[in-house]
Amino acid sequence: MTIKLHADLTPNAIEAQRLDVGYGGRHSAVKVLSGLDLTVAAGSFLSILGPSGCGKSTLLRVVADLLDPLGGTISVLGDTPHAVRSRRDVGFVFQDSTLLPWRTVRDNVRLPLGVGQGSLTRQIEDRSEELLELMGLGGFGERLPHQLSGGQRQRVAIARALLGQPKLLLMDEPFGALDEITRDRLNDELLALWRRTGTTILFVTHSIAEAAYLGERVIVLAANPGRLVKDLDMRPFKQDGNRCSREDGTIVAAMADLRKALELAS
Amino acid sequence: MRQEPLPPTLAIALPVLGAASILLTWQFLLPWLGVPAYIVPTPTAILGVFQKSLSLLLGNLWPTLIEALAGFAIGNLAGVLLAVLFVHNRVLQAAYFPIVLFFNTIPILALSPIIMLIFGLGMTPKIVIAAVICFFPTLVNMIRGLDSASSNEHELFRVLSATRWEVFWSLRLPRALPMLFSSLRIASATAVIGAIVGEWIGSDKGLGALIIQASFNYQSDRLYAAIVLSSGLSIVLFCLVVLIERRAIRY
Repeated sequence: MTIKLHADLTPNAIEAQRLDVGYGGRHSAVKVLSGLDLTVAAGSFLSILGPSGCGKSTLLRVVADLLDPLGGTISVLGDTPHAVRSRRDVGFVFQDSTLLPWRTVRDNVRLPLGVGQGSLTRQIEDRSEELLELMGLGGFGERLPHQLSGGQRQRVAIARALLGQPKLLLMDEPFGALDEITRDRLNDELLALWRRTGTTILFVTHSIAEAAYLGERVIVLAANPGRLVKDLDMRPFKQDGNRCSREDGTIVAAMADLRKALELAS
Repeated sequence: MRQEPLPPTLAIALPVLGAASILLTWQFLLPWLGVPAYIVPTPTAILGVFQKSLSLLLGNLWPTLIEALAGFAIGNLAGVLLAVLFVHNRVLQAAYFPIVLFFNTIPILALSPIIMLIFGLGMTPKIVIAAVICFFPTLVNMIRGLDSASSNEHELFRVLSATRWEVFWSLRLPRALPMLFSSLRIASATAVIGAIVGEWIGSDKGLGALIIQASFNYQSDRLYAAIVLSSGLSIVLFCLVVLIERRAIRY
């Protein structure tokens, strides 16, 4: 439980107030998120559930400084999203692994060393070997992405996102395209990684089971416009260190609760 | 159901046998049908020209080769550079790309006399014609290639605070290579066509000139030999492009 103690001393990872996000300018009719208030404690694992178009991915993009909000305020790690991105304190994992097919696995993991160094204010070490080892990709450094399975490619993408030792890891349905066995295995590996690093993780998913199993806290967003409809603390349902079994009765009860919220939101 | 691929020996032997069957038919059927040699010479007669007049053929191959290569290099380079400019400056692209497309609709045979008028009679107009014919497909393909990276890939580079220059070298350019090479393969054949068309219109040297002279003089064996040589030139250029492509694109 060192993570929580540590987290209590640091500022919140994310503080958003009355956040409005939309496409097509300040007066656009298409509002993706409307008046969202959200606080995420540093070091926590937050799962974000919601139907398509509820703004789950959009929220991650605002945090990552890929998208400017139309209104409201957001602070990330006590700073602006832009400053956090420039410091490389944020890592992003996409649903498709987004590996560059012409680079070897090792060179894909090393991508953060090769680009964006000009704006970087801190030194990033080449930990690619260590990370490949950590993600179970020891002998795969010289392979090309097309020679890997879907699960392996996603592992490479996570290793790449971790290279800069980000304080915040944003994951946009990273395991959505994987088979269930591979997905479960990667869920466990991700939890182990989170316990070891203390990185704050925002995890977007379509799967209620995945959200409940991974998150210390699960929020449910509704669509049109995107807004928070459910905020469930999962810690009472779990043991220390966010541990639980997938078949545990209390987790199943929490999942039913989330399903109800999601049905109302859809 | 999909058919099984042929075993490798058959995959090589069958096209060779196919070509041989056509050559043999050509060799024996046409004389038997009474087609005169000044209309269609036999394959052995064409081969004879390569023995008899090799220096004449090679002497005319040389200028065409230079024109095609220079046109290939200049036209493709211009296409690539303009594509890079266009994808980085949307205002320029919006203003000038439609005009470029309009020029592309002018048949090269109609454009050639104008190019001759401007550049005179030497090698330059032939190089220009070969370059123009290579330029358009490469420009269009390169613009599409440079824009072919996914929005996730662009977002990945933005999360890493990559500069425009880094996005270009590490993302746009490698993404564009497959499309660039497919237009280079087309250009390897069209560059030779451009050079020969240029020589047709006004030249006393080169394979194009040889083709025109031989056909005016009813030297059809020489005409066919010149055709074989120009197609050989295209094939060699094409193979060179494929060889470079295999080294450049490993995935």
